Parts: sequence; C-alpha cells; structure tokens
Amino acid sequence: MNSDPDTSFTSERAQELADRAATKPDEIEREIGSVLRLPEGHVVDASDVSIDRSEDETMVINMGPQHPSTHGVLRLMMELDGETVLRTKPVVGYLHTGMEKTGEELSYVQGATNVTRMDYLSPLNNELVFAMATEKLLGVELPARAVWIRMLLSELQRISSHLMWLATNGMDLGSTTMMIFGFREREMILAFFEKCSGLRMNHNFIRPGGTAADLPDGWEDDVEVICDTVLARLETYDELITGQPIFRERVEGVGALTAQEALALSATGPILRSTGVAWDLRRSMPYLAYDQVEFDVIVGTYGDNFDRYAIRINEVRESIKIVRQVLDRMPTGDYRVQDKKVTPPPRARIDESMEALIHHFKIFTEGLKVPTGEVYVAIESPRGELGCYMVSDGSGRPYRMHIRGPSFVNLQSLPVMLRGGLVADAIATISSSDPVMGEVDR
Amino acid sequence: MDEPVPGTVSPPGRDQLPPRGVARVQGKDGEDVLFPTVERYHDVVDIYRSEGFELLSDLCGVDYLTHPGRVLPDGVRPERFELAVVLLSLTEARRVRIRVQVPEDDPQVPTVWDLFPGSEAMEREAFDMFGIRFVGHPDLTRILMPDDWEGYPLRKDYGVGRVPVQFKEAPGPR
Repeated sequence: MNSDPDTSFTSERAQELADRAATKPDEIEREIGSVLRLPEGHVVDASDVSIDRSEDETMVINMGPQHPSTHGVLRLMMELDGETVLRTKPVVGYLHTGMEKTGEELSYVQGATNVTRMDYLSPLNNELVFAMATEKLLGVELPARAVWIRMLLSELQRISSHLMWLATNGMDLGSTTMMIFGFREREMILAFFEKCSGLRMNHNFIRPGGTAADLPDGWEDDVEVICDTVLARLETYDELITGQPIFRERVEGVGALTAQEALALSATGPILRSTGVAWDLRRSMPYLAYDQVEFDVIVGTYGDNFDRYAIRINEVRESIKIVRQVLDRMPTGDYRVQDKKVTPPPRARIDESMEALIHHFKIFTEGLKVPTGEVYVAIESPRGELGCYMVSDGSGRPYRMHIRGPSFVNLQSLPVMLRGGLVADAIATISSSDPVMGEVDR
Repeated sequence: MDEPVPGTVSPPGRDQLPPRGVARVQGKDGEDVLFPTVERYHDVVDIYRSEGFELLSDLCGVDYLTHPGRVLPDGVRPERFELAVVLLSLTEARRVRIRVQVPEDDPQVPTVWDLFPGSEAMEREAFDMFGIRFVGHPDLTRILMPDDWEGYPLRKDYGVGRVPVQFKEAPGPR
C-alpha cells in the first residue's frame, strides 16, 4: 500500500502499516506482539509466528477513521489472511487539538474546562486529576465534605461511563436493545450532574480547592433513586445479555491477553484486571477517601472480551456500593477550602468587603499562584490509570500539563488482542478495550 | 543523596536499589526521583525493572526553555529538555520517577522499548511533540500530528496560533 510517496493520499503515510517487504523483521515482530517480555520458559518460538508470508496471500485493509464501530476517529490498518487478522496498527491523531499546549496558556482556574473535554465519557475524573495535581503543588488539605462529594461524583461517573460502554458494546455486537437501555440509565445520572453543575457533560465542577458548589438540596433522594434503578436494571441486563448463548459465543475466548502481556504493554484498568491482576488504584494506592469505604476489586481470569464485560458490569455494582456508603456517611462542612489565595470568596462577601473583592479579582485575572515544582498524580478512571504530570514555574499557569490518558496507552494492546482472530471479532475486541478518542488524541 | 560517581555499574542482586551514582531526591509524595545521565538512563530503568517495577506508567517530555531556574540536585546539569518517566511497582504499590536531562543540540535518548514494550506510543508522542529522538525505537514516527508537519508543537518556542479579534472601531476589510 502506498509504498511510493507520490501515490500517497494521506498525510500519515509513515505512520501507516507498511508493506511486509518494506518492514524490518523486528518491526513485524512488534506489530504481531511477539517481542513482549515474557517469563522464563515462555519464550516465543519463531516457528509459531509465521511472519514469512508472501505478499499476494495477504491483504491490508483500513478500518476507520470513520468506521461506526471504532468509537470515534480511530483508524486501524489490518493485514488479513482471508478473514484472519495478522497484523494491526492503530493510526491515531485525527482528533488532536493540542490540549496540552492549550493547557499551558490557561490559568489553573480555567484549566479544568480544558481537561474536562479530554475523556468526554468521564469528564469529572479528568477534572479530579487536574485539581488533585494542582492541590498537591499548592499543598492544601481539603475539607472532608469536598473529598466525599468528589468521591460521590467520581463513582457516579464510573457508573455512567460503564453504562455507556455497555450500550456501545451492545451495539457493536448487534444488540440495539442494549444500546437503548444503556443510554436510558446513563441519562438519569447525567440529569443528576446537570442538577449539580448545570451541565450534562464537561461540567467544570471539580476545581482546584474543592468543588464549584455544594450538592443541590435533595441530592440524597436523587442518588437513592439512581442506585435503586440501576441496580434493578443490571438484573435485566444479566437476563438479556450475560446468560445469552449468542453473546457468550461471540465474546468468550476472543481477544485474550495474558497478565504478562498486559503489564508489559502498560495496560491498566479493566484490561489489566481481566487478566487476573488485582490492580485498582482506589484500593492499592488510595486517594480521596477510598481507604474508608468498602468495595471489592473485580478481577477476571482469561483476559478475554467476556471477562472485560463481566468486570465492567460488576464494577457498576461496586460503585453503587460505594455511592450508598457515601450517602450514609457524607460529612457536613465546607465544600471547598477557605483559603483566599486558592478559592474565590463567597459571592455575598464581595459586596461588603474590599479584600474579598480584591481576592476575587486576583484569582480570576492572574489565577492562583502555585509554588514551583513537579508532581505526578494518578487516579483510577473507568478506563484505567489517569495520570497528570504537572510542572509549575511559580506563575498562574501550569508550565507543563501532561495527561497520561489510559485509552492512549491501552490502545497498544489492541494488536496483541486482535492477532489470530477474525475480522468480525475485531469489532467486539475494539469495543471491549473501550477507547475514547478524545483522550487518545488530546 | 549519594555522591555522583559517573559510569558506576551496580552489581546484580537484590540490593541494587537505589542505583548507585545517580542523584536522587524525594518527591512530594515521598517517592524517589532520580536524575540519571542520558548514558545511564537505560541502565537505571533496567535495574528498576529487574527489582520489581513491572509497569511503565508514564513517559513524557518537558521543555524548560523559559523556566531555567528549576531546582535540581547537585551534580545534575540543567539542559533544555527533560524526559520524565514514571515506573510503578505493583507489589509494593510504589512509584519512582526518573528525570533525564536531554541537551538541546543533540536530543537523543536510548529507547526503553526493549524493556517496556508499552513505552512505544509514549516515546512516539514525546518525539512528535518535542523532537526527542529515541535511539533503537522500531517505529519512530509522528503519532498525533500529520507526518508532514514541521516543528515540534509542545516546544516553548513553537508559537501558539491565535485568531485575530476584529473590533468594531478598528479598520476592517469593509
């Protein structure tokens, strides 16, 4: 394909999957995932991996960037032998808008509106990691209520993100019923977010120093209804999907990954847990108040598409468990830190106090002054480890704001999961790795 | 902090940590932050990998062009670029950060792809955004920007595009 530069029609030529003849052996081995670090005794036998195929036996096809089942503008170039996938290469960057560069131009107050648009299926988690990185540099301690509000929203966001995944996964496998169900339940949670923040998505609600506002009156009732409804509907999903033979046949044993491969490829989140590694940052390296609530870390065994499905559907149950505990134990107090250098004063104070007006003006024009330093903060987003590496030079804007997007890193395990499978199963596997292209391309 | 001894190779064994001859400080979370030279970088990552840091969780570049006065331990010469790598140990639930100073006139770093295949996309991103070349990387091409793009967008001397604002009073096209 397009080996001659003059016949190239795209601007990603060098990023595409190259011809076998033009590809070095070690690159072919990388593309088929056989150069992974394996434990002793598991060395890949070169004869197992037939990389010497003649050119006319195989065919390179493009899936995407506009394929409806690739969850955004993901382009996969696949080399096929008949219906069997041999090599895959994800080509990304179609949604790149330079958000890390934009982040350097925005103050810490404005920054949350920028990061919230990265992973558009779990915006609150993006805001959370940005706010936590800023607070770590500032060295401020949050009031208990702010921490628990964040935890409540973060778990509701996990439920909504997993419901959205159940919906799109159902659609990829041909179940439009599941799609409607997933969207229906998710909408309830988004309506609650709208009640809190005014927006269904891209909330800018979790900000450095706490949250933008306190929870609305009567939030307990709304959350109670959400918990009861989603829990009851999960039973319906189990009846509709989990036990269904057609679904099981399509996902069991498909797209399998071993624990060693997942670790070597830096995969995190449900992909890593599906291989049997009980790694959840909420449990292993607790942030917020996750060390004070009880929940189980769901792990799989085979690392296949069914395990990833089962992990997500059961994580919804665990999240409801956490939400219920937050409901019972929500502390009273302030929803943000009362530090005039970090959060703006209450609106009413501005009319009566000169200092309050000055602080308000300073925060919204200059931004917060954050001490010099570098910090890496990671949280467990629905897709895996969401990290933020932030460098401050002491001014009101981050000097460098790097987001470690779990989708971006997890995409690397796709060639390994797809190898040897069928093209039709590729759709199910792409879906089960749950990429959000806004976060991949940033 | 250990006395920097250039070129020291640690003997194999359990007690290789922290690697000798590498400047080290404590980060804000109490995690180790190491400052190896470009030459020792691959070696240090290898030591940590063999000591149970089995996941490379993040790799990114930083351009310190307009922030030269950052705090570095003694014996580490500040350079324009820096590579920040975060390794994670699942068994100890501990992170370690490795910061490598990369000179502007020769931005080359050995790849750690042979140790952590998961670093592949992240190294491509750092190359794409900062022009740091990873020697030995199997497929060092741009990943987010188009292949024919000129310049490295996240460098500090790369301009930010702006949309000109047309005020009513200003002389306009009409």
